[in-house]
Amino acid sequence: MNSGIPIQYFLILATMMFFAGVYGFLTRRNLITILMSVELILNSVNINFLAFNRYLYPHKLEGMFFSLFIIAVAASEAAVAIAIIINIYRRFTTINVEDVNEMKY
Amino acid sequence: MASIMFILFSAMIVIFSILTVTSRKILRAAVFLLFVLVSTSGLYFLLNYQFLAAVQLTLYAGGIVVLIIFSILLTSHISQKFESSGWKKNIFSAIAALTGAILCVITILDYKFSATSQAAQEVNMRLIGKSLLSVDYDGYVLPFEVISVLLLAAMVAAIVIAKKGAPKTIGSPTLNQE
Repeated sequence: MNSGIPIQYFLILATMMFFAGVYGFLTRRNLITILMSVELILNSVNINFLAFNRYLYPHKLEGMFFSLFIIAVAASEAAVAIAIIINIYRRFTTINVEDVNEMKY
Repeated sequence: MASIMFILFSAMIVIFSILTVTSRKILRAAVFLLFVLVSTSGLYFLLNYQFLAAVQLTLYAGGIVVLIIFSILLTSHISQKFESSGWKKNIFSAIAALTGAILCVITILDYKFSATSQAAQEVNMRLIGKSLLSVDYDGYVLPFEVISVLLLAAMVAAIVIAKKGAPKTIGSPTLNQE
């Protein structure tokens, strides 16, 4: 188990994925693609948790349960966000963040 | 063998996550996101967390991506291309992301990780179920209950928000008038 792959590789991989998500979050204009960037960020955090758990504390299960709960939170967040996005589309007929700039109805 | 698989999965993750955030076609971005999530589940298998890899496959790759693709089909044309956001915004975002990434990588390479000498615990389904419902020191019954209430609340909220409002009733303004 764990033959040859240092923990740093996992962490660097998660870092690249996280900052790809940050880049998408900053540049995208479409609400759904922003949501996809957020999913990327959450997923990279999960990799971090699991790598730390497996390499540094293999006798415990904290990291695994934490990422399990993160997955559940991400799922409910995606469901609510997509409901909101569909409602915004019904109201404004667009989901471009720059055209959706009023909250009052 | 493990290192070859690791290289394969990590190359897929890096390439496809960059494509996800730069692709001009929205449906393609969703499919690239699916590839990223599937290779992440491969990484979990590599780390010997079979249960979490299965959860990742079913919930992320099966559930969330399908939800995203459905909402894409509901809200935009498939062949629609985004106009490129201004080069200034792209460049500054790239600088911010690259600076953060470089700082993180330097910190990671600098830090000395000290592994424990304790024996690895085998993660099987029985252990996961017992820990989820145990009230002992190693138990997770409180977060389990909180997450179940959160899931219920999210389900109700999604239905309430996305449903078409009833034709105007007194005292309860609906979200859409048509």
